[in-house]
Amino acid sequence: MIVAEQKPFAEIAGFVADCNKILVAGCLGCVAVCLAGGEKETEILAAALRMHRRLQGKPLETVTYTATRQCDPEYVDAMADLVKDVDAVVSLACGVGVQYIAERYPDKWVVPALNTRFAGGSVAQGVWEERCGLCGECILHKTGGICPIIRCSKSLLNGPCGGSQYGKCEISKDVPCAWQLIYDRMKALGRLEWLLEYQPPKDWSKSRDGGPRKAVREDATI
Amino acid sequence: MFEPRIVAFCCHYCAYSAADLAGSMRLQYAPNIRVVEMPCSGTIDARVILAAFEDGADGVYVAGCLEGDCHFLKGNFRAKKRVHYVKKLLDDIGLGGERLEFYNLSAAMGTRFAEIANEMTERIKNLGPSPLKAKEVAGA
Amino acid sequence: MNLTTESRLEKLLKRGEFVVTAEIGPPQHASAHEIVHHARLLKGYVDATNITDCQTAVVRLSSFAAAVHILREGLEPIMQMTCRDRNRIAMQSDLLGAYSLGIRNLLCLTGDHQSFGNHPTAKNVHDLDSIQLINMVKRMRDDRVFACGEPIKEHEPRFFIGAAANPFADPFEFRVVRLEKKINAGAQFIQTQCIFDLERFSRFMEMVVERGLHERAYILAGLTPIKSIGAARYMQKNVPGMIVPEELVQRLRKAKDDGKNVADEGVDICVEFINKVRKIKGVAGVHIMAIAWEEIVPTIVQKAGLYPRPKAD
Repeated sequence: MIVAEQKPFAEIAGFVADCNKILVAGCLGCVAVCLAGGEKETEILAAALRMHRRLQGKPLETVTYTATRQCDPEYVDAMADLVKDVDAVVSLACGVGVQYIAERYPDKWVVPALNTRFAGGSVAQGVWEERCGLCGECILHKTGGICPIIRCSKSLLNGPCGGSQYGKCEISKDVPCAWQLIYDRMKALGRLEWLLEYQPPKDWSKSRDGGPRKAVREDATI
Repeated sequence: MFEPRIVAFCCHYCAYSAADLAGSMRLQYAPNIRVVEMPCSGTIDARVILAAFEDGADGVYVAGCLEGDCHFLKGNFRAKKRVHYVKKLLDDIGLGGERLEFYNLSAAMGTRFAEIANEMTERIKNLGPSPLKAKEVAGA
Repeated sequence: MNLTTESRLEKLLKRGEFVVTAEIGPPQHASAHEIVHHARLLKGYVDATNITDCQTAVVRLSSFAAAVHILREGLEPIMQMTCRDRNRIAMQSDLLGAYSLGIRNLLCLTGDHQSFGNHPTAKNVHDLDSIQLINMVKRMRDDRVFACGEPIKEHEPRFFIGAAANPFADPFEFRVVRLEKKINAGAQFIQTQCIFDLERFSRFMEMVVERGLHERAYILAGLTPIKSIGAARYMQKNVPGMIVPEELVQRLRKAKDDGKNVADEGVDICVEFINKVRKIKGVAGVHIMAIAWEEIVPTIVQKAGLYPRPKAD
């Protein structure tokens, strides 16, 4: 899923400082799972903004709505009535949701309440870690199911750099070296010889470097 | 004289029973406390705390069992972390985290319950009325 | 002699000379004054000089330009190039430019992470990794093609290709495998990370010899003279991928307690290490990295009995 984190409260409050009425829009997709922008977080943010503004003597009216997904036009359409008479929409979705609302309501001021961080998963209650670099050409079959593109700080494809020591990455003792993990796993699987094979330069055009990407499933289009 | 309104979210297994005990013991304590019984302090939700303040509370506290004694094992630890989170949010909002507190006590601590009620009342009296309320009045 | 390049370093190594290289770190300003000063100090004492490429991710005068300054002083540069700051387009462009200006040796590196340096908020590149860079340089030279496969119609850059090896990083057993990958990709000479743990380096070299890698590439043992106890402690605790045994720190401390100059003791240790690594099978030379202490190199070379240096012609 996409993992996001709420922006500092003061930053969000600043985005809507000149508004009198706002729609605070949550999303029940990934950001609800990572506790950043679900129904609960949406209501907390709305209440906090209202209280903050009341203390400033400039009361703010809030409307809340939590979409099933903000990354699907039909669910963004569903908030049309609420969007109509607000000065701004504060979206608690990932960057996709914010853009979907902005696209659907071109004359509306739409601001992000979250920082979209990474594609990852939960490793313990309340803890999430990055796992996928969205590079567009998966190589996990060559690396024992551990992604060096995103889990190695330098995206190395041919083994660990000289900064890998005691299983940790040179950037921090809290970051495991992806290549140590790959090595250990390939060793356990009896496939170490795979790591001797030279991996040629990656085709980054399939990643974000190739410009905005698009996926089409012909059979699914109408 | 300012008489604060304080909401106390009390766990059924400890603080709430301690309140009962305080009553049976005929202990005198500040009448400013409004007790809300909860099945466990761990069920406390940031939204409820915020709603209390938004609707006029001058102070709020959550009272759970002594550490290690939670009927649901870890509910009180969760409550403590959540209260800590909301305290920070109250600072961000500008209301001030010191209007919110978390306490641990047991069902046998009737005296301690009364103490906490007095302590919190005293703290909020010193802080004065919730500025949210003042703004409401001024705005009205 | 069958040489692949015009590199003087390659010629000496092929002739079987025990070579000496050193390192010059370019300054954090736009004057070549110190580079020229260091080049003059080192001239005649080393066979070639590495020029670091924004080491520890701190912005410095470029390795490319510094290498040209060194060249003008009559010293042979080994230009270092990391994968951190350039993509394959910029790298190939710099390679063409560097070759056109007379640079003949290239050391291909991954590069320290930018979080160590003075621009931790920078975006890193890592379009290629060091092994892919080695292979690209080799293909430009031997197959006369750019990375994309298009031919280099004339005047291909012909670099003597170097790579780094760190016997002190982990996973230890994989370090030799990775070295082999670098040699397979085209590395002709190898410079190691600073050696303070001789035992581990010996074990590494045993594995190197076992795989016959010393016959496929020239391995230069990296050595660093320690100037102070603080520097030793810093490297021991804060530099990932380095091993500084406690005995070494204690030896410096004892020297200090005995009223000896710690820096002199550091030089003595370095000279001892040179004499020891010379005896290890497969070591073809030494690479002296006197970090911010370039002026000590001639002393070390002399004390190690490696002066004068052989003539290339």
